[in-house]
Amino acid sequence: MDLNYTKEEQAFRDEVRKFVHENLPKDIADKVLHHKRLVKDDWVRWQKILHKKGWVAPNWPKEYGGCAWTPIQQNIFEEECGYAGAPRVMPFGLVMVAPVIQHFGSKWQKEYYLPRILSSEDWWAQGYSEPGSGSDLASLKTKAVRQGDHYIVDGQKTWTTLGQYADMIFCLVRTDSTVKKQEGISFLLIDMKSPGITVRPIITLDEEHEVNEVFFDNVKVPAENLVGEEGKGWTYAKFLLGHERTGIARVGESKRELEQLKAIASKELRNGKPLIEDPRFRDRITAVEVELMALEITLLRVLSSRTKPGPEASILKIKGTDVQQALTELTMEAVGPYALPFRPEARAGDWHGESVGPEYAASAAAVYFNYRKTSIYGGSNEIQRNIISQMVLGL
Amino acid sequence: MDFIFSDEQQQLRDSLQKFIGKEYGFEARKAIIASEQGFSDKVWAQFAEMGILGVAFDEAHGGFGGSSVDTMLVMTELGRGIVVEPYFSTVVLGGSLIDLAGSEAQKQAVLSEVVEGKLLLAAALGEPNSRYELNCVQTTAKRDGAGYVLNGHKAVVLHGESADKLVVSARTAGAAREAKGISLFLVDKASAGVAVQGYRTIDGMRAAEIKFSNVKVGADAALGEIDNALPVLERGADFAVSALCAEAVGAMEALNAATYEYLKTRQQFGRPIGSFQALQHRAVDMMIHCEQSRSLALLASIKVQSEDPNERKRTVSAAKIQIGRSGRAIGEEAIQLHGGMGVSNELAAGHYAKRLAMINATLGDVEHHSERFASAA
Repeated sequence: MDLNYTKEEQAFRDEVRKFVHENLPKDIADKVLHHKRLVKDDWVRWQKILHKKGWVAPNWPKEYGGCAWTPIQQNIFEEECGYAGAPRVMPFGLVMVAPVIQHFGSKWQKEYYLPRILSSEDWWAQGYSEPGSGSDLASLKTKAVRQGDHYIVDGQKTWTTLGQYADMIFCLVRTDSTVKKQEGISFLLIDMKSPGITVRPIITLDEEHEVNEVFFDNVKVPAENLVGEEGKGWTYAKFLLGHERTGIARVGESKRELEQLKAIASKELRNGKPLIEDPRFRDRITAVEVELMALEITLLRVLSSRTKPGPEASILKIKGTDVQQALTELTMEAVGPYALPFRPEARAGDWHGESVGPEYAASAAAVYFNYRKTSIYGGSNEIQRNIISQMVLGL
Repeated sequence: MDFIFSDEQQQLRDSLQKFIGKEYGFEARKAIIASEQGFSDKVWAQFAEMGILGVAFDEAHGGFGGSSVDTMLVMTELGRGIVVEPYFSTVVLGGSLIDLAGSEAQKQAVLSEVVEGKLLLAAALGEPNSRYELNCVQTTAKRDGAGYVLNGHKAVVLHGESADKLVVSARTAGAAREAKGISLFLVDKASAGVAVQGYRTIDGMRAAEIKFSNVKVGADAALGEIDNALPVLERGADFAVSALCAEAVGAMEALNAATYEYLKTRQQFGRPIGSFQALQHRAVDMMIHCEQSRSLALLASIKVQSEDPNERKRTVSAAKIQIGRSGRAIGEEAIQLHGGMGVSNELAAGHYAKRLAMINATLGDVEHHSERFASAA
């Protein structure tokens, strides 16, 4: 039993911290720390910096240009980046589709796509959810019919995060409707510039454009873009879900948000005294802080376990998002009536107008509403509970 | 970073687990609680033989030189069996206060007897108006020749009636809530002027109100520095709190397991009630509570040794907050998911819930530790 990081891990943390400090562009960190709007170039610029250092793919094996870091190292890296205000590395290419291509893809898919993912040349989107298939993802209807050396894809995907930027989309499509629903699904890589694809924005509660609907109308996809075997798409998708285990707890970001919350609560007054000294409010901060402390250790326990973490990783999703949401809620409450003014223009990186109320209040309510997504995406927290109930508790 | 217990630790845990599983079933425990003394000498002798009474103490004092992690392991197993023997009061709280404050001679004399199972201790710290504040001490110890005279009322002293010796906090100087002026004394319970009113506690243990009326003790009864006992008292209490957190995790594990078993076997509407999603999700939340509690109990068992008092206080209080909340939540949900059986005293489930709720009321509840957590930032 030893909860200390090893000397090597400590040195690694110092190295990461130093690198992030010296190389994270100030304007990007500024946007992240102040909850301003990020644009494509912000993510791509940071990913290219990481790529140049060889750190953009912590989870990839060395043979493909990854870091082959241990789960603990990956976590240190993510925590340091999150804490410093680096934008999250877009997971769709690097974390989600790449491992599937590495394990199940053809030789040319590996040779063509993996380098382009590493260099951020292609922006990837995820094509899973459909209007009628959310939690019951296997019921998806988007159809791909084989015609010679192509598939013809018809249907609709939705909640496609930053699909407006995407060059490529990986999709689960139905190639056989005569078999059990999970067995008729295939995994297709589709060029977003293909004729017949339309992207329509969905504006969220914060009036931001973060998600989209993607329509497929008679879209021709080369058969060589099928990953692995036809009918195995569901297996690959599940493989992918098991792969993302470190990022979901978001401990680094939450530590940063907690600090910001405390800073805000030190400036805001109640009864003439700093809000943070008010026992009612202070106890609510303490409650979240304690959960976050526990979550950090729970995460390290999962990462250190010598067996591959399985369904217990669902705990990290549930608790991680609980904590994130609680922090946005407290931050919104901390700013008091200045939660009301809503000026989306003030969230642009190049906006220099006069703020209404304190600057830190400008995005508090918008972020609160934006973060309602966290307990819904990536398998809703109810689905996570179903997973634990069945796979861990055996109910 | 390593969450693995050593071979010795696993052996210790396994042998204790085996013993409790075999000899400390629900019926056996019930009989022990109903006995006049309220715990079993036979079980205590077994504990001595297994060596668990000495895990926390140095070899020089008859112990086995274990770490706070060993104490955590023992307490988790005791929690799993809701064991009522006075391990916490004698070894963990009483023992650690003597270990932290006592002179070499006091440790030699007392701890070796504790390890052999021959001597029971209790810590008389709380008072009728002190709630959980260790600094709130109105019991007085006045200088009397070479010795002291004690007067005052100590409240809810765990296992106070069965103890041979009491560790008593008393005021040698200063006003009621002042940090300075508190001293610790080791008092024979048999001393003239010590009046003990013992009673049962709702979680199956024993406690006592103890009144001191002109109790004379010698100079050698003083434990540690006169007037300056509070820092040591807080350290000992933090160690005890971290042990209580470990005990709570054991109780949570056992209670969760019993609840999941019940959900799988109890049939209604022609199917096991565990097949209903409304109950499944609550069962999952019980599991998450237990895992989050385990995380902070682990952290506390290590950080309780920290030389930085603020780090120690923060971590221990964080663990106690988590355990207080989660213990209450798990206890209430377990009773609810057991339906009518949950409120029956004939089933173990409710007894775990009782212990978990009382752990929250021992050495500081969620509110107390929330305040302490924030002030140790």
